[in-house]
Amino acid sequence: MTVAEIASILDAKIITGQDRAHHKIEVAFASDLMSDVLTLKDDNVLLITGLANLQTLRTAEMSDIHCIVFARNKRITPEMQELAKENDIIVMECKYSVFKTSGLLYQAGISPIF
Amino acid sequence: MHFEYQIEGGNFTRAGFASSEIKKMLKQLNVDLGIIKRTVVATYEAEVNVVAHAYSGTIYVDVDEKGIVIKLVDEGPGIPDIEQAMKEGYSTASSKVREMGFGAGMGLPNMKKNADELNITSEVEKGTTVEIRMGFG
Repeated sequence: MTVAEIASILDAKIITGQDRAHHKIEVAFASDLMSDVLTLKDDNVLLITGLANLQTLRTAEMSDIHCIVFARNKRITPEMQELAKENDIIVMECKYSVFKTSGLLYQAGISPIF
Repeated sequence: MHFEYQIEGGNFTRAGFASSEIKKMLKQLNVDLGIIKRTVVATYEAEVNVVAHAYSGTIYVDVDEKGIVIKLVDEGPGIPDIEQAMKEGYSTASSKVREMGFGAGMGLPNMKKNADELNITSEVEKGTTVEIRMGFG
């Protein structure tokens, strides 16, 4: 599924990486605990989170995560946008809860890691 | 090759900056991407620990044809019981650290999983040294 399709399903706004909306995503992981995200071995994972701070972006950078959906109507700051752009991370903002976001994407065919 | 980076205790805005620089440097050296990921995940966990618990720290990075050695030396309260700190779920992190998405007692075990070799030495009220060793072989 492409990032553009994900944004459409979630009624989400693509904040950074609009030029890579064709990027394909197959698996996702939802967590507000960055320590959990850092244990993932898979690449090309979509991160669904309600934790919006610089460390979310740093965690994505270290874990080779290239796409993040910020759920629960969390907004990203200009500093976070800057860090996302610097590391080619696609960031979306979505109004739905983490549960609804995950449910909609699961229904649409995105797989869990485990 | 030798590189050094400074870490400021308590500054969560900058936490991860040094690990990010190390990642860029390892990419430039064409190190295997799997090794880079394991190295920077372990280093980032250690860097966050320095920011969370210590007053200041320095990261010393040495890369040669055999592998990577990353040493994080901090000035801080130290770890009274390293064995206990290594246990999954054990944490002394503040609420500020937890708000950042850490402090679940997973950092040290995750560093051990990612590093080829992890050595921790600590002196209470002086500081802690964490050594992460990665081999290319």
